[in-house]
Amino acid sequence: MADPHTGHLADTPSTASTTRFAASSMLIPASAGVSFKHTHLDDILADRDPVGFFEVHAENYMGDGGFPHRALERIREDYPISLHGVCMSIGGPEPLSRDHLARFKALVDRYEPGLVSEHLAWSTHDDVFMNDLLPLPYTDETLSHVCAHIDEMQSFIGRRILLENPSTYVVFENSTISETDFIREIVSRTGCGLLLDVSNVFVSATNHGFSPLSYLMDYPLEHVCEIHLAGHAVQEDDEGETLLIDSHDTRVAEAVWNLFEIVVKQAGPVPTLVEWDSDLPAWPVLKSEAAAAERILDDVATTFLMGKRHATAS
Amino acid sequence: MSKTAKTVSTAILAGAVATAMSSFAHAGPLTEAEGKAAMEAGKEKCYGVSLAGTNDCAAGPGTTCQGTSTVDFQGNAWTFVSGGTCASIEVPGGRMGSLEPLDRDLPA
Amino acid sequence: MQPHRERGDLDTAGFRAAILNPAAERPTSITGPNGKQAVRRFNVYRNNVTVSLIDALADIFPVVQRITGKSFFRDMAREFVRAHPPSSPLLFEYGHNFASFMETFEPAARMPYLADVARVERCWLTAYHAADTATLAPARLGEIPPDLLGDTGFAPHPATGLVRSKFAVVEIFDANRNQENVGRIRAGIPQDALVTRPGHDVAVTRLPDGQGAFFGRLIAGGTLAEAAEAGANEAGGFDITEAIGALISTGAFIAAETRDQQD
Repeated sequence: MADPHTGHLADTPSTASTTRFAASSMLIPASAGVSFKHTHLDDILADRDPVGFFEVHAENYMGDGGFPHRALERIREDYPISLHGVCMSIGGPEPLSRDHLARFKALVDRYEPGLVSEHLAWSTHDDVFMNDLLPLPYTDETLSHVCAHIDEMQSFIGRRILLENPSTYVVFENSTISETDFIREIVSRTGCGLLLDVSNVFVSATNHGFSPLSYLMDYPLEHVCEIHLAGHAVQEDDEGETLLIDSHDTRVAEAVWNLFEIVVKQAGPVPTLVEWDSDLPAWPVLKSEAAAAERILDDVATTFLMGKRHATAS
Repeated sequence: MSKTAKTVSTAILAGAVATAMSSFAHAGPLTEAEGKAAMEAGKEKCYGVSLAGTNDCAAGPGTTCQGTSTVDFQGNAWTFVSGGTCASIEVPGGRMGSLEPLDRDLPA
Repeated sequence: MQPHRERGDLDTAGFRAAILNPAAERPTSITGPNGKQAVRRFNVYRNNVTVSLIDALADIFPVVQRITGKSFFRDMAREFVRAHPPSSPLLFEYGHNFASFMETFEPAARMPYLADVARVERCWLTAYHAADTATLAPARLGEIPPDLLGDTGFAPHPATGLVRSKFAVVEIFDANRNQENVGRIRAGIPQDALVTRPGHDVAVTRLPDGQGAFFGRLIAGGTLAEAAEAGANEAGGFDITEAIGALISTGAFIAAETRDQQD
């Protein structure tokens, strides 16, 4: 739906009387959240003070029924959720799947997520789905594809989306635009917001030999509505130098925590997700990672006159 | 279907349904309220301790938005490691299904 | 599908061809930063795609993996992933043809029961994600006039699946999914597996003799009379009362509909 002041799409779920959820659970607070995994459900329900919000991959809830929906319904009763799309293939040249858009919209309508996000990446060619976030060159042509896809997705689901920067391992010889300029231009053309994955910045910077701080200085931080943090793995490239893999299977590295602190000091506290997607830890470990993010957010909040802001209040 | 089969079945079926029904008079969720109670009971079970067990409360693959640190994209050499339970599953003909190098059994 | 366009700045076709085939050339526009090589770098994507899809199959087919052992399973799954990558981004829909792949996969020939076990597992996951639909109320059967019973058909619950096997699939499935220790199992005993989800939990039921034909006929849209006949024809010990009891108790159906009796 349109915001009467800006003509932009709504950031937040409708607060009309038709909602099934308490208004207080709509907005995602500027605090730390974690990926919701079914193995943690019992621990979460038994925990009096778990985390500020939960994020789920949209595609995992695109089945018709059964346990996944029951679990998410139960979580949604008590917490705001962030809906994170993985497979829309926004970064590819092919038209978005109408079926997938319809499934996505059904989830937005059903769960009224506080935030909705997707990736600057692609995963589908013809009828083959590759289940990875594949990279794209940054050119005028790919820019227009990406913007058209974001326009289409936002108008189809009736919500503004946040776009996440990728972690990459290769570069394209035909790229003509820097990633930060590319992202800035997307925001300007589509009105989307940004999900800044600080770990992805660190991984890409290490892999491509640039400074993460110079990337962040060029990045439009003022449009960041959510931050992602995750652990990575260390491997080697052909030259025997460090190649980081964005593996989401371990604790957040110290260097990434430091970058995170720099970002929130600059951008203010925003909803921050600790992602952990494989080799899942016990709930207390995941919760302690969220608590570490929360401490940094709290410290920064005291220096912001307006305190913590909701991601959606800008 | 033949007419005979149908005629025979009608009488038998009516009796069978009646018998089957009587054994379910108290077993099935007959009313909406009872059905709902059963649903709630199921919820308890799935949200409770059974989640970590071998039931169906956690299963199936999820999407990825991350890379993997496990390297396993290349191999085409067969290892034929007999680590599985196939060793205890007896196939017709009396052989056990353990995995040994395939060429032992291949015609020369 | 879209007709192939001229290659744009992003060569998705070249990418796709190289992703699933380690021997293929990577797209020419891909390189490393600052003059670096991109062999290992591009292999990260090959690895991510291949491993995540093998992992997805391992999550869908845990019993098959336990039977074959992890090493064999991953070798087999890798071949399958390359030959049959998913067409849907919904990974829980993947692997519907993995069982038939196993049947033609020579290294698995020692385990002739494996494909049917995989079919049970695939049915299990379909049932797990199926719509939450109320099962047929027992009272509904009682409302059907006796003389119309034979012409009554039943709409299957979206979770319902049936695997008819020459092998002891239910026993193999149950032992490998639910038991810590798997004792000796004689695989050559035909068993029919009915997969249902009457409430919240998926159930895999071993059907008594004749009921495989009975349920098979009903699921295919046959009438109760046709199903009863199919059951009786298949097994001398087929008990129609038991079969109707199972029709109700398994929750395999959601509605009963009496056919028009004009013919």
